[in-house]
Amino acid sequence: MTYLLRRLVMTLPVLFGVITMTFLLIHFVPGDPVDIMLGDQASAMDKQALRQELGLDQPLAAQYGNFWSGLLRLDLGRSMQSKRPVLEEVAERLPATVELTFAAMLLASLIGLPLGVIAAVRRRGWVDRLILFWGWLAMSTPGFFLGPMLILVFAIELDLFPVSERGGLEHLILPAVTLAWSLSSVLMQTTRASMIEVAKEDYLNTARAKGASPFRVWFKHALGNALMPIITVLGLQFGALLTGTVIIETIYDWPGLGTLLFQGIQQRNYPLVQGCVLFTACIYVLVNVATDLAYAAANPKVRLS
Amino acid sequence: MKLGTKVRLSLGGLLVGLIAVAALFAPALSESDPSLMALAQRYSPPSLAHPFGLDQNGADVFAQVVYGARISLYVSVTVIAISVSIGLIVGSIAGYKGGWADQILMRFIDMLYAFPGFLLALALVAVLGPSVNNLILAMGVTSWTAYARLVRGEVLHLRTREYVMGAVAMGAGPVRILTRHIWPNLIGLVVVQATFGMAGTIITESGLSFLGLGAPPSVPTWGSLLNAGRRSLIEAPHISLFPGLAILCLVFGFNLLGDGLRDWLNPRR
Repeated sequence: MTYLLRRLVMTLPVLFGVITMTFLLIHFVPGDPVDIMLGDQASAMDKQALRQELGLDQPLAAQYGNFWSGLLRLDLGRSMQSKRPVLEEVAERLPATVELTFAAMLLASLIGLPLGVIAAVRRRGWVDRLILFWGWLAMSTPGFFLGPMLILVFAIELDLFPVSERGGLEHLILPAVTLAWSLSSVLMQTTRASMIEVAKEDYLNTARAKGASPFRVWFKHALGNALMPIITVLGLQFGALLTGTVIIETIYDWPGLGTLLFQGIQQRNYPLVQGCVLFTACIYVLVNVATDLAYAAANPKVRLS
Repeated sequence: MKLGTKVRLSLGGLLVGLIAVAALFAPALSESDPSLMALAQRYSPPSLAHPFGLDQNGADVFAQVVYGARISLYVSVTVIAISVSIGLIVGSIAGYKGGWADQILMRFIDMLYAFPGFLLALALVAVLGPSVNNLILAMGVTSWTAYARLVRGEVLHLRTREYVMGAVAMGAGPVRILTRHIWPNLIGLVVVQATFGMAGTIITESGLSFLGLGAPPSVPTWGSLLNAGRRSLIEAPHISLFPGLAILCLVFGFNLLGDGLRDWLNPRR
């Protein structure tokens, strides 16, 4: 309990920093952000109106205070193009991103875990080498290369899947594979390393002596105990997936947070960009905390230290 | 050195070396200027005159890939050099001085670390505007923290060693102890991390360029080529294929090199 409390309290300054950095973002715009957002043709009146709406005419400290008070009322400002509350737009896009991210995590686990176990069992053999080689290759393939290639082969040439947009399962497969690709390699490597550690333990011999089949020994007894580091990596990689969606969603026209952020950037819609960045960063921080807590729950040693 | 380590080091070195040489001698390798366009032959498939074909503007893809290697390597080498320098200094101060300096620096690093790196770089480039220097700045801001953490941990560990205490007893100052006695013993780890860092930085740089947020459009980059190729996948898949393979080879090379170096410099593993 004290660990839980301490970990949560430790998160507060981090969240505070993340929020402050997001607030400062718009002030890094070289020159006048209002000029850049509205363009050269805008009238002085329009500029003044926007400046007032964004509170940019006030001193920095007041702006910072307003940012916080807005935040506490769950008000992230309004999107400049649609004039709708940013939070509403973010909430609208969130399910699509969550769907894609979880599909990718599931897929990466389904590929990475078994491959990691097989590589560990066949350690130093040619199967292991082959899997390791694939792992390095997969880790080195960026999604913005893999994505177009998958589209070319599976959507255009073979016509098995739709090219883009959200829909049923057939729409989900290509984007999820693209997003899961390098994560499955990371999971394979973690599983392999963790399995090799566990393989030294005596209880595997006990299980063997009791007549358990090799499959049962490796996948039940060994993998069960090797799971902790794998779960940690999965949690930490969630953030990488979440930000990876910006590129993957753009490739597949997936209507999620990533495309929303990208649109915001292209339209110089800074309130929207701020909202998306803030939202994603906060999820990232919270998932990291949740991972730590899950780790502590499963491992009493962490709680005591 | 074990055979596997040797294979990884030489294959990685070969891939990185080949691309670095190509980047260095870009003007000699590609007779056509990457900005030169032959609109009549746009989308031409690979041929003897244009080994990687022509793009949507009729510009030579091979020339753009070779010149793109310059940008990718220049940006990632600069980012890593900046990150390693800052990381080495901040990590050494935090680890060697300890106390409140360590507390303040590490809390600040935790804060930066809590921000997903790609997102922060993306947001920074988006507000700063597209330019190679802004790209370097945005990526440098996010990537030095990993080196600072690594260096701090090693300094904490090394400063309790007897030979360091011996040097302290003989009256050596902190700067001398760090540069002469501690840094030489942690540089191997930093080199390994920096090699993996090169792989990651190249992917980030290309990813930002792919989104149109990296270098300005006039500069040929692998990411912007891939983005252009995406719009003509059916007529001209070669526009996407070759820059993509170039990224893959370079990143793969750095990953192999990093892994080989790790085993070579730290055989206990």
